[in-house]
Amino acid sequence: MPLTGSSTAVRAVVEKRNMNRFTAFVKKEFFHILRDRRTLLILFGLPLVQVLLFGFALTNEIKNANIAILDNDKSPHSQQITNKLLASGYFQLRKNLRSNDDIERAFRKGTIKLAVVFPAGFTENYEHGHSTRIQLLADATEQNTAISLTNYATAIIRDYVTDLNPNVQPPLTIDVRSRMVFNPELKGAFVFVPGVMAMVLLLVSALMTSVTIARERETGTLEVLMVSPLSQGQILLGKVVPYLLLSFLNGCIIIALGVFVLKVPLNGSLLLLLSETLLFIFLALSIGIFISSIVDTQLVAMFASLMAMLLPTIFLSGFMFPIESMPKPLQLVSNLIPAKYFINIVKGIMIKGAGLRYLWQPTLVLVGMSVFFMGLSLRNLKTRLS
Amino acid sequence: MENAVHTHQLTKKFGSFIATNAITFDVAQGEIFGFLGANGAGKTTAMRMLCGLLKPSSGEATVAGFDVYRQSEKIKQNIGYMSQRFSLYEDLTVRENIRFYGGIYGLRRADIPVKTDQILRKLGIESVADSLVASLPLGWKQKLAFSVALIHEPKIVFLDEPTGGVDPITRRQFWDLIYEAAHGGTTVFVTTHYMDEAEYCNRVSIMVDGKMKALDTPSGLKTAYNVDSMDAVFQILARGTSTK
Repeated sequence: MPLTGSSTAVRAVVEKRNMNRFTAFVKKEFFHILRDRRTLLILFGLPLVQVLLFGFALTNEIKNANIAILDNDKSPHSQQITNKLLASGYFQLRKNLRSNDDIERAFRKGTIKLAVVFPAGFTENYEHGHSTRIQLLADATEQNTAISLTNYATAIIRDYVTDLNPNVQPPLTIDVRSRMVFNPELKGAFVFVPGVMAMVLLLVSALMTSVTIARERETGTLEVLMVSPLSQGQILLGKVVPYLLLSFLNGCIIIALGVFVLKVPLNGSLLLLLSETLLFIFLALSIGIFISSIVDTQLVAMFASLMAMLLPTIFLSGFMFPIESMPKPLQLVSNLIPAKYFINIVKGIMIKGAGLRYLWQPTLVLVGMSVFFMGLSLRNLKTRLS
Repeated sequence: MENAVHTHQLTKKFGSFIATNAITFDVAQGEIFGFLGANGAGKTTAMRMLCGLLKPSSGEATVAGFDVYRQSEKIKQNIGYMSQRFSLYEDLTVRENIRFYGGIYGLRRADIPVKTDQILRKLGIESVADSLVASLPLGWKQKLAFSVALIHEPKIVFLDEPTGGVDPITRRQFWDLIYEAAHGGTTVFVTTHYMDEAEYCNRVSIMVDGKMKALDTPSGLKTAYNVDSMDAVFQILARGTSTK
């Protein structure tokens, strides 16, 4: 059948040309990215700095907080409790106080966060089976720190008491035992790594794509592309593919930093984590393209990306502030933040070891959002050029 | 021979605003066709419809024998386009720009280096082949943009105010390139608001407020309006409507 034979040959040639067109386009995009030092810096410098900053500097864990001890008992018990507190790593001894007046002075100066007071007769009371108390005073100008410090100290002291009398149950008390599931050491990195990952990927992907399309519009090259035989889909895809690859590389770097440097566990499937990362990047790119389809200049694109994505991600995704404690309207708004779902997914996979069976809902939301934004920008781009 | 461009009552409305009002004209193959008009006269709209960037509201048009409504993909493969901003990538080298446009216009991979050398030699810019386009003088960019628009040897090339911002000598040199292309059989469809350039065209049409007010050879128009320059022709036509 010569006729069909030649027509498939023609189709093959056409397809090959289409592929060549596409690769030429993608190659050009890589040139743009690799030649622009600013782009490279944002692409690879930003994630590194963010992860390390959030991982090490901006943690809400408390290490080596300055405390003062006022030991009016001077007994082996008070000494051992003090040792136990200092050995925990949460506290370091700043000062041994001599009187109650010293406490207030030390707080005023701001040199200590917590004061531990052993009253006179502490040991005597204790050994005679009377109730006895240790007083903890915390500087509540930083309320979260104050709460954490008193909690840590209380737990350590209680521990000490239990160690002393392993068999004795205090009579008729309700014994509350809490266990911090998934993150027994309450490490901040568990929260920050997924958050930073969402933030960086969103920022890099959306910002970069929105700027690159706006740039083509500004320089008039977009018009030329539209007149060329490249289809609209090829243009969009050509814009997406390079950033998809680079952002994915970025995601891998962040995961590696999280696991190897910040010691976040990877309890679930790496493959699932990478797939979800890819999905999230694709969503971010779709949003970027959507932004670029409604703005005119690079500058506006940049601001739109920052305002519309970065700030809500930081404030409303649950990354910095718990969603549960937000007012109801903001809680509703948080449902629109893609990062919220991604953070849940990453936490689920890395820390809880959850599989797709538990994570299909947020995954589905991300898929839906991607489809929505991709479709919208395809339509917009068409009408916008007219 | 078939006309390179044919339109009949071609109209584009944006809401109640009529950007291009029922224009009818033909452009012969190999012709240099000047499309004149003040800013906002509807030149760009008309050109965008012919390039397949805009769907007409009504009327008919074919470009290279293909219908603008149904065959815009075919049209895209047969036309070249150069915008007033020259549309080269400044952060790519000359060679990379040529390779890119060759690539997206579907040139065969083996043909691209050949074509690149051809263009470089013709423009005499071999020495800057590997320099970034950003470093080139405006006139060179312009010539390069034109050569790139012709890289796939299109039947028709659309030039949207291609000589904006360059000096008269460079403009003259640019027109030499246009003549050369037309001589090779390429139809040149060019918009401009430089009236001296209108003299270089085979035929000129003048758009005023979306309507085509005149269409003839430059000498024909000058005779008809009894003036000695295209500038004067344009003044009469443009003033005629503005005083109405």
